[in-house]
Amino acid sequence: MIILTDKPLDPVAVTDSVRKDGNGAVVTFLGTTRDNFGGKTVTRLEYEAYDVMAIKKMEEVRESLCADYCIEDIGIAHRTGRVDVGHISLVVAVASPHRIKAFEACHEAVNRIKTIVPIWKKEWFADGSRWVACEDHEFVDEAEHRHAHAERHAAAAGDD
Amino acid sequence: MQFDVRLFALYRERAGSSIVTVNVPDDATVGDLSDAVRALHPRLAPPEVRIVVAVNAEYADDDQALSPGDEVCLIPPVSGGR
Repeated sequence: MIILTDKPLDPVAVTDSVRKDGNGAVVTFLGTTRDNFGGKTVTRLEYEAYDVMAIKKMEEVRESLCADYCIEDIGIAHRTGRVDVGHISLVVAVASPHRIKAFEACHEAVNRIKTIVPIWKKEWFADGSRWVACEDHEFVDEAEHRHAHAERHAAAAGDD
Repeated sequence: MQFDVRLFALYRERAGSSIVTVNVPDDATVGDLSDAVRALHPRLAPPEVRIVVAVNAEYADDDQALSPGDEVCLIPPVSGGR
């Protein structure tokens, strides 16, 4: 099962999709939206996907993991659009005859998803937003602006 | 050749558009096309950063040749997380 949707994810459905009687272990990972980054409060998140390629790459992750870890099946579901804090943005379920392979394969599946699947995450704060993992795309003048902004905040805090 | 290059996320916001139309020579590579988009929108990414390109929903090298009708997208760094 590979799902890309702007609707709430159903981890039970994804887990059930990989269960078989020959398996002794199912590991399900839930990626949930966190309420903070770098000491700042995150108010909501937004996911944007290149749909066709994202589904293709999730299929590739499933096929490569099944080959590399001798596991029976992997289910992957990813959210797009606005996701409020505390909700599920990613579900990965792995079924295997034995638990060690299931844990290892689930961990690796999440790593591969976050490396090759074209889905982008934006964190919203009270005073702005940022695209996650795009730090190396910051221009020097933006970095200076941010630094000056932080210093003004520090100075203002010192006045209290 | 003319391409309607699709932009996502950070690049879409910086260009102010999800599509950028560029013209490149018939023997243009992926790198040439990426350079053409960057010439139109210098604030997509700092000059020293390589922009990742997908052609027909597959990651492409800069020296890959293009064909008319290819779907070309610029791919910002993906979501990451630890």
